[in-house]
Amino acid sequence: MCLAVPAKVLEIKGDRAVVDFGGVKREISLLLVKREEVREGSYVLVHTGYAIAVLDEEEARETLEIWREISEQLQEAG
Amino acid sequence: MSFLAAYRDREHALQLAEAIKSLASKLPPLKIMHVCGTHEWTITHFGLRSLLPGSVEVRAGPGCPVCITPASEIDLAAQLALDNEDVILTTFGDVLRVPGSKLSLAYARSQGADIRVVYSVADSVKLALKNPRKEIVHFAIGFETTAPSTAAEILQGPPENFSIICSHRLIPPVMDYLLSSGEVDLQGFICPGHVSTIIGVKPYLPLAEKHGVPMVIAGFEPIDVLIAVNMILLQLLRGEHRVENEYTRAVKYEGNVIALDIMWRVFTAKDSRWRGIGSVPSSGLQLKGEYRSYDALKKFNKSLPSDEAMPPGCRCGDVLKGLIYPEECPLFGERCTPSTPVGPCMVSIEGSCAIAFKHGVRRKRN
Repeated sequence: MCLAVPAKVLEIKGDRAVVDFGGVKREISLLLVKREEVREGSYVLVHTGYAIAVLDEEEARETLEIWREISEQLQEAG
Repeated sequence: MSFLAAYRDREHALQLAEAIKSLASKLPPLKIMHVCGTHEWTITHFGLRSLLPGSVEVRAGPGCPVCITPASEIDLAAQLALDNEDVILTTFGDVLRVPGSKLSLAYARSQGADIRVVYSVADSVKLALKNPRKEIVHFAIGFETTAPSTAAEILQGPPENFSIICSHRLIPPVMDYLLSSGEVDLQGFICPGHVSTIIGVKPYLPLAEKHGVPMVIAGFEPIDVLIAVNMILLQLLRGEHRVENEYTRAVKYEGNVIALDIMWRVFTAKDSRWRGIGSVPSSGLQLKGEYRSYDALKKFNKSLPSDEAMPPGCRCGDVLKGLIYPEECPLFGERCTPSTPVGPCMVSIEGSCAIAFKHGVRRKRN
């Protein structure tokens, strides 16, 4: 029920967008997100036919980088 | 998706698991609860519990909306569809086979009720437009992740023959309830990522403060969960109890302000029952006065029963409260399997029992 699946935005049509769930295309609603944050090519989290968040790729990479460093340090300290 | 593939990197996962071991060796045994079926799936599917030291337990709480919907509400929806020939009841696929106390929606359908599975509440509204002589009743379950979509459809003014049984629930009140009850001894919370995309960080702040428990909002890849456990352990070592956000790629501090605004324009909070847990203050949603014409209970002159019966022997309530693991229930994998479910946790794809069973977990015999 709270499953939300990341999908790539292929085409924006007003309040709706065609997205790609790794091969499966579907039209979804953009009513619940800031329209200016959604661009063709960006990734959104889709829940029951509605985009609920726009994914930030830079944040995704940053979290990983930070935790690679922290976990190395923790291992060494352990 | 390339940038997310790194969140399943084996080497990084093992490194994070080593870090957890190192931190845990400096701490007393501890229990962490998560409240999301998708977290439980990730933890079980990727075998994350086997990477954790014995002193760090991660237990599932009431994170499956289908599982926590009281049997009486399922009975009511099924009965409404059975009693009214002009009703088409719509709901999400997961709910269909969940046993009520007397009925399931699947059983009602086999008895002639018109019950249809929809992917989205928008599909239900479309059905109402296509069938003006029918009454379309959407059985609206789900947490904060789902409630805004229901609200968005209502704000757009759906046709008069559309209404909802509002069974939406809110997560922070049940976290508060569990921590206040003292029934479960918890040292940390992994907060649900998708609910948090909507509500943001703020609703957890008073809970972490009040109960002195670290809370970390986490994503749904294995690396996300392992980072979250590290973050909780680090806080415990430092004697802190803050709310941290690991899932920054999707969750903003303020949440999804558009979705929140839509949700609170349509709904107001009310005390609501959770299956196996009881009545939790301000943990449910009801339509505001101006939208009551879309309330199926009002339209069909029904009221929610206040009692709730659990099937004999079923320990879904204890599973939902994190008191036991699924395999500790005497019915698990014997009388209760995904093809013959007794309790809701064995039905939903987000139910802890169904997830455990499908991953080969079997009942512990003494």
